[in-house]
Amino acid sequence: MNALDQLYQQVILDHYKEKHGYGLRDALRPAVIGQSEQYNPLCGDEVTLRVALAGVETGTPQVEDVSWVGNGCSISQASTSVLHDLVVGTSLTEAEKVVEAFREMVRSRGQVEPDEDVLGDGIAFHGVGRHANRVKCAMLGWTAFEAAVMSARAASTEENP
Amino acid sequence: MTVLAQEIGAGELTRLRADFPLLARTVGGHPLAYLDSGATTQRPRAVLDAERDFLELSNGAVHRGAHTVAEEATVAFEDARAAVAAFVGRAEDELVWTRNATEGLNLVAYGVSTGTGPLALRPGDEVLITEMEHHANLVPWQQACARSGARLRWIGLTEDGRLDLSRLDDLLTERTRVFAFTHVSNVLGTVNPVAELVARARAVGALTVLDACQSVPHQRVDLAALGVDLAVFSAHKMLGPTGVGALAGRREVLADLPPFLTGGSMVERVTMEATTFRDPPQRFEAGTPPVSQAVAWHAAVRYLDAVGLDRIAAHEHGLTELLLAGVAEVDGVRVLGPTTAVDRSGAVSVVVDGVHPHDVGQFLDHQGIAVRVGHHCAQPVHRRYGATASTRASVYLYTTAEEVDRFVRSLAGVRGYFGVDR
Repeated sequence: MNALDQLYQQVILDHYKEKHGYGLRDALRPAVIGQSEQYNPLCGDEVTLRVALAGVETGTPQVEDVSWVGNGCSISQASTSVLHDLVVGTSLTEAEKVVEAFREMVRSRGQVEPDEDVLGDGIAFHGVGRHANRVKCAMLGWTAFEAAVMSARAASTEENP
Repeated sequence: MTVLAQEIGAGELTRLRADFPLLARTVGGHPLAYLDSGATTQRPRAVLDAERDFLELSNGAVHRGAHTVAEEATVAFEDARAAVAAFVGRAEDELVWTRNATEGLNLVAYGVSTGTGPLALRPGDEVLITEMEHHANLVPWQQACARSGARLRWIGLTEDGRLDLSRLDDLLTERTRVFAFTHVSNVLGTVNPVAELVARARAVGALTVLDACQSVPHQRVDLAALGVDLAVFSAHKMLGPTGVGALAGRREVLADLPPFLTGGSMVERVTMEATTFRDPPQRFEAGTPPVSQAVAWHAAVRYLDAVGLDRIAAHEHGLTELLLAGVAEVDGVRVLGPTTAVDRSGAVSVVVDGVHPHDVGQFLDHQGIAVRVGHHCAQPVHRRYGATASTRASVYLYTTAEEVDRFVRSLAGVRGYFGVDR
């Protein structure tokens, strides 16, 4: 595989064409909602991501749903689509582990061998680490997810102090 | 390519390219096609050597010290000032060294918005700019208006990427105190009619400020003949080093501007209570200046003069025609700016339908082709044409027709690779 195909693996191109979780939507069941808008001023990439958490009140938060809209390069859009597939339906603890593993992989300059059991399709972004300029693209939706979770938690604390 | 009597021929182009060490490198196994000179240019050995020679022989603090080395440094520094000033039709006391063109524009925008001096903006005054400005010639004016209470207005653009001058009489009036505009758009490549715009500004008594970053490297620009009050440009876009730019202005106008940065080198008499300032250009040169960079810039203008700006302009015009004709043949690609080479520079920005510029740039890089991607520090002009970013190829005196051809052929493969051509 040449360097370009290593960066743009078929999985990425597929997610770019068919974005999973695309389109902001309301939660189907009662849930705590958080939202975040992330923007990369260098290239104009943008992602607005909404997360719905269930079970916050019982101390066992689950990622009920992730929905998002965005504009930008294939790396930023596909990685948000993959994020959707990886974290929806998992516990928040599980999701945060995935986010951490993804961050470690794309920031490792290609040094860290990704664990497919944890990252699933996310391992397709392994090649991004070798392109310093693209790390921010890959992280855009993931940063939005973290910020949205924080805002959901803040909202839940306000409601149930 | 248009054949002109003094055309830069194939043999000469090969010889010129050999002066630029970086152009010989490869990227990913391909010869580098450097099509990003609109962002920064490569430097010939003459420029690299001039800076090194200066540092190895004559490096010293300028304008102080009685020793031989300091003396030589001062002479080299001031010779550079005279040469760069002459290159744009100004006298040596009409050229201020700045860190870059952005600093020059900030110097002017700050100077007219401090509330002092004959050029001071007041509430009710207007500053006129255009919708095609680089952020450097937009944001400082927003700030100047916020400080002074003046109103910011702008000239809109036509569909084909030119200034819409149909409403100029409404926009440029007795209220207009400053008219700041670019000579050549860094995104659209549009060459604006400077002499005509300056005449209109003069008729209403407005100060003219020209962003000449994209013109001075590529064509003969005589600021005095154009009647421009103040202009900025930058060394690294004309074969020189980064870290030095210039503000070139009529001496009467510079004399009316208050200081920007203050401190050493720009003062006459300093007491614990008060300070008097030197005359321009030193009034605007606080602190240690970029000396070796100025010396290298001198070598760059010598190099450009030796090749000849008219020949460079003709060479680039031919390449621009090739670029525009080639890009027009590629499906799903739209040019921002004029689609003919008339009054147009060799910076050609395109939007590839369905593919983000970052992805386009990465694809081209894989074939050794270096272009600029993003909004090129000009978000409003992209918004005007319904884009957030674009991919820009820009040419210079060392660019070959073959490089342009490689760009066009590679561009034609982008949509297929990303699967959006079906």
